[in-house]
Amino acid sequence: MKRRNDLEYLESESISLIREVAEEFENPAILFSGGKDSLLLIHLAIRAFWPAKIPFKIVHVDTGHNFPETIEFRDWLVNQYSFDLIVGSVEDSIRRGTAAEEKGPEATRNRIQSITLLETIEKYHFDALIGGARRDEEKARAKERFFSHRNEFGEWDPKNQRPELWSIFNCKKSVGENFRVFPLNNWTEMDVWNYIQYRSIKVPSLYFAHKREVFSRHGILYAVTPFKPPLTGEKSYEAEVRFRTIGDATCTGALLSGASTVEEVIAEVARLKTTERGTRADDKVSETAMEDRKKQGYF
Amino acid sequence: MAHTQKTFDLLKVAFIGSVDDGKSTLIGRLFYDTDSIFEDQRSELESSSRRRGESKLNLALFTDGLRAEREQGITIDIAYRYFSTVRRKFIVVDCPGHFQYTRNMITGCSTVDAVVVLIDAENYARHGLMEQTKRHLAIASLLGISGFVVGINKMDLVGYDEAAYRKIEADVRAAADKVGAPELNIIPISAVDGDNVVEKSAHMPWYTDATLLSTLETLDVGVRDATAPFRLPVQRVIRGVTATNPNFRGYAGRIASGTVRVGDEIVVGGTGPCTRIKGIHTYDEPELKSASAPDSVVITLEDEIDISRGDLLAEAARSPGESDEITTRVCWLGQVPADASLTYLVKHHHRYLKAKLVGVNRKLDITTLTASDDDQALGMNEIAEIRLKLSQPIAYDRYEENRTTGSVIVIDPRTNQTVGAGLFL
Repeated sequence: MKRRNDLEYLESESISLIREVAEEFENPAILFSGGKDSLLLIHLAIRAFWPAKIPFKIVHVDTGHNFPETIEFRDWLVNQYSFDLIVGSVEDSIRRGTAAEEKGPEATRNRIQSITLLETIEKYHFDALIGGARRDEEKARAKERFFSHRNEFGEWDPKNQRPELWSIFNCKKSVGENFRVFPLNNWTEMDVWNYIQYRSIKVPSLYFAHKREVFSRHGILYAVTPFKPPLTGEKSYEAEVRFRTIGDATCTGALLSGASTVEEVIAEVARLKTTERGTRADDKVSETAMEDRKKQGYF
Repeated sequence: MAHTQKTFDLLKVAFIGSVDDGKSTLIGRLFYDTDSIFEDQRSELESSSRRRGESKLNLALFTDGLRAEREQGITIDIAYRYFSTVRRKFIVVDCPGHFQYTRNMITGCSTVDAVVVLIDAENYARHGLMEQTKRHLAIASLLGISGFVVGINKMDLVGYDEAAYRKIEADVRAAADKVGAPELNIIPISAVDGDNVVEKSAHMPWYTDATLLSTLETLDVGVRDATAPFRLPVQRVIRGVTATNPNFRGYAGRIASGTVRVGDEIVVGGTGPCTRIKGIHTYDEPELKSASAPDSVVITLEDEIDISRGDLLAEAARSPGESDEITTRVCWLGQVPADASLTYLVKHHHRYLKAKLVGVNRKLDITTLTASDDDQALGMNEIAEIRLKLSQPIAYDRYEENRTTGSVIVIDPRTNQTVGAGLFL
C-alpha cells in the first residue's frame, strides 16, 4: 500500500504523546468507551511501547446502558491483549447514592457518568487519564490542549488553560490534581477511518450496516432497547443502520446506511453532510452542552 | 463536503492579529465558502446568531465555541478546525487577539507552518498599525514560522480603496522587515462578504493576485530537511522480548531532525560517548534500514552505554553544543514578572532542570520594534534576550536550526504554571 504521510505524521505524534504520559505520571490509565477512537488509542499505545506491554490500566466507565456488542467487543479486546481492565459502574454510583438517576423518557446516564468517572479516579488514584476525544468532534473539544489540567474536583477551566508550547509538555501538578491527555486531538473522523483501513484494525460490528429495530424521536433514529423503549405513538420498525459514534444506547442515534465494509464507510463519511456527533442527543441539551459537562469532569 | 482525500500534504496555519480584526469571522468564511461547514453546524450557527438578535449568520461563532467567548463576542483561547481541498489538508488555528491572551496565541503558533496576519483596514485609517499587530508579527517571526500571509480585512468599510490598501501594505512590510519576518503575501479581503477569501472579489479589480485560499494551497513552507543533522531526544527506555532478542533494550523517541541509518555513528549529548546504530524499529516494521523526522521510533545501539530519558542521541560528525549557560530569546508569559532571585524549572524536550535568570541582555520595544538594553525587568508578554544558568549542562542547538533541541519552557515551581518560552540563540 502507498505510504500515507498524513496518517504517519498523526500516528507518530500520538505515539510520542502516549509515551510522554507513561514517563510523566505515576499512575496513568487509558479511558476505553468501546468506540473506535478509544480503540485507536489502544492500538497506538501497543505501537508506542512495543516490544514491551502497555504500562497502563484500561478504564471503562459503564453506564449499564451499553449495547451488548460494545461489552462483547471490550471483553474480546481485553482478553486478546491481556489488559488490566477496571470498570467504573454508574449503576454502583446510583446504588451508593452518589449519583441520581434521571427520570422520564429522555433520561440518560450520560451526565452522571462524570460522577462515576471522578469516583473511579479517586478510588484508584489515577493522576492522568488518556482519552480518545478529538478536536474536530465538537466546538468545546476544539479548544483542548494535549495535556489538559484538572483541579482536584476534576474540573476543566477553559478560560485559564496552560500554555502548551511546541512538543514540550508541562506535566507538573499539585497533589490531588490530575491531567486528561488527548493524543488524538488532531485526528479527524476521516483520518480515523483511513487509519483503521491503513493498519487493518478490527472495529466493533456496530460501525457497519446491520438490521435493527429503530424508532424516530426529535429527528434522531434510536435503537429499540430496554433502556430506551419507544413511547406510545412512536412506531418502531426494522431498518438497515450503522452507528457513526458509539456512546450509551440512550443518547446515540443510528444512521440509515448500507456501508458494510471499511471502504464503504470511508466513502460514506466523505459524502455525509452532518458531523459525526450530529446524532448525539447529549450534545444538544444546550448551546454549550459539551463545555458544561467537560467543566464538571466529563472527558 | 471536501473530505475525500486526494492529497496527503498537510499545512498547519494559525490566524493572528489584533482584537476585532476579524480572525474568527475569516475562518468561518473560509470554511463556509469551501463547503466545509456541516449542516448541523450551520443550523447551530443560525440558531445561535438568531438568539443574539443578529440578522446575518455570525460566522465567528464557528470557532468561538466557549460560553464566555460567545457572551463577550471575543476569542479567549485557541480553537482548532480541520478541512481539506483537493490540493491540501489544513489544520486551522484561530488565535485570540487580546493582549491578555497572548500566551494562548503563542501556544497556537508554536506548532504551525504558516500564519495569516489580519489587519482591520478601517481601524488602521484611525489608529495606524496596532501594537498588538506588531507584537504578533514579532512573535510569529521569532517562532521561525516560514509562511507569512497578511490579510488586509474590512476592505468593504474603506470603499475597496486601493490607495488605502497600498498605505497599509507599505507599513506592514516595513514592520515585518524590522522583526525579520520572511516574505509576505498580502491580500485585500472582506471576511464578512468573502471577497478574495475563496472567490475573487468583484469590488477590487486592481488586485489581480491569488485569493487567500489559493495562496494557502500553494504556500511553500519548505519541506522538512532530511539532510539536517540527526537528533533524537530519548523519551523512554523500552525493554522487552522480540522474536530475535530476548533481552531487547531500545531507546524510544520522536526524531527531531535529519535521517538515521543502521551503522551510523552517533554521540550521546554534545560530548558523551560514541557508538553506532544497531537497529531501527517500529511495531509495523521491526527492522528498518533508516528513519527520518518526524517518525517515532525505537533505536538499539552497538555498545552498552548508560542512556536514559532526557538524553540526546545525535549525529557524531555534526554534534550539538553543550553548556550549562544558555543565551536565549524568551517570551515571558507569566503574569508575575521574571524574578532573578527565584530558581525556576525548565523543561528541555524530555528533561526537567533547575534554572536561574542571570541577566537580561536586551528587550524588544514593541512600539518601535527595536532592541533596547536599558531595562532589566521582564514582564508579561515581553520579548527579551536573556542568560540562563542551568543546574546541569545540556546538549542543544540554536532554535533556528532545531526547534526541538533549541527550545525550553520555563515553569514557576510555586504555581506549576508555564511562565516562559525560551528560544536558544
